[in-house]
Amino acid sequence: MWVRSTLTYRVSFAVTVLTGLLVTGLDFVAILLMFSRVEVLGGYALPEIALLYGLSATSFGVADLAIGSAGRLGTRVRDGTLDMLLVRPAPVLAQAAADRFALRRVARIMQGGLVLGWALVSLDVAWTPVKVLLVPVMLVCGGVIFSAVFVAGAAFQFVAQDAAEVQHAFTYGGQTLLQYPPTVFGKELVRSVTFVLPLAFVNWVPAAYVLGRPYPLGLPGWAAFASPVAALACAAAAGLAWRVGLRSYRSTGS
Amino acid sequence: MFTNTVFGLILVYTYLALWDERPHLGGYDQAQAVTYVWLGQALFATLAIQGGGFETDLIERIRTGEVAVDLYRPADLQAWWLATDLGRALFQLLGRGVIPFVFGALFFPTALPDEAGVWLAFLVAVALAMVVSYAIRFLVALSGFWLLDGTGALQMLMIMGLFCSGMALPLNAFPQPLGDIVMLLPWSALLQTPADVLMGRVGVWSAFAFQAGWAVVLLAVGRWVQGAATRRVVVQGG
Repeated sequence: MWVRSTLTYRVSFAVTVLTGLLVTGLDFVAILLMFSRVEVLGGYALPEIALLYGLSATSFGVADLAIGSAGRLGTRVRDGTLDMLLVRPAPVLAQAAADRFALRRVARIMQGGLVLGWALVSLDVAWTPVKVLLVPVMLVCGGVIFSAVFVAGAAFQFVAQDAAEVQHAFTYGGQTLLQYPPTVFGKELVRSVTFVLPLAFVNWVPAAYVLGRPYPLGLPGWAAFASPVAALACAAAAGLAWRVGLRSYRSTGS
Repeated sequence: MFTNTVFGLILVYTYLALWDERPHLGGYDQAQAVTYVWLGQALFATLAIQGGGFETDLIERIRTGEVAVDLYRPADLQAWWLATDLGRALFQLLGRGVIPFVFGALFFPTALPDEAGVWLAFLVAVALAMVVSYAIRFLVALSGFWLLDGTGALQMLMIMGLFCSGMALPLNAFPQPLGDIVMLLPWSALLQTPADVLMGRVGVWSAFAFQAGWAVVLLAVGRWVQGAATRRVVVQGG
């Protein structure tokens, strides 16, 4: 329904996607501005950062398109309209994700994909079959990890009710963090996004393998292939949080 | 608030890496660059640098025709919204600005002055920045009289605000001649000028003159556009 309604006005949809491309492209323009004054940032050259950026933006875009709408759950908890979803014979999470499904969010995926494509072409890497295969694996696992963060954030809103801001810190903040190489950040920060919230497995660790760079925190060699495990763990934890959250839900009664 | 702090953290580390590579980029040392980041996070919501102030309300009122009621009021439209927006800005400064800034100053090396006079000048610069920011957004909102849908105009406001105010990168670190051009635009009065006043990089009076000049020009243009809009445009609705 939401897809058909947005596609009804074709020109308007096209314009929205185009301006969306512009707006989401801004942070890459900021990186380009920085590189107009320096050769490397944190030891990484521009094509390498473009690879990190492309992977992070694309997988975040996939998660945002799939489940980003769930971020508005807090509003439904507050005004009691969540009850409406509860009585329908479909999973609440699926309904929350499909609620006002915004197809215009493909703009982010397109923009991330463009940067990723450019990075893959201009990178000076000896491509092996394993490295080639790792790129789609990173995109899928990254999408799952970011989706898990979105779901966990939505679950947290059962408790906090009005925490869209806090959620943004982890979703948009996480995506922004991953756009830059891990060498830029402090040890504690890198440690917490590797072991506590395993965002580092979206791109930092596997991309270090692709680029032939030392792993952050001196992780062992197999860590580059641990992304699916991290993604599964995140999904399981988020699913659990969602169940607990949903069970604790009390309607406003209005 | 928490989000501002997280984004501030990410930016601080990136800037430190950038200034590691090019010490004294744009004439800032590392402590000044860090100060700049936390100032940006503190003033981001206060000055509605990417929008998000009164202008969405006004555009909505123009679209629905409710603005007709505002025009009937015995108060002037421009002055009315200026008062509303200044109140919002002050609230955001206290509510969302101070805490990220204090956090930044506590945990990172910053370049803060210890003379009260400089802080006073900084506060004046922030107040002037509020007026300039308001004047820009008032013009954007008035475009709603002709365009009716403000989405495009707001998106432009967001893009200009992010780049030309120096939120993305301090304007003095821009490549030339782009840097000189953006320095002359009104957006540089929002973040760059108060930051430079606080860190003593510009003459206080010339900074005030620059900000006040843009405020007067933009408010005058806003007044003129407002006159044109109320004379010519037929308000929607019954």
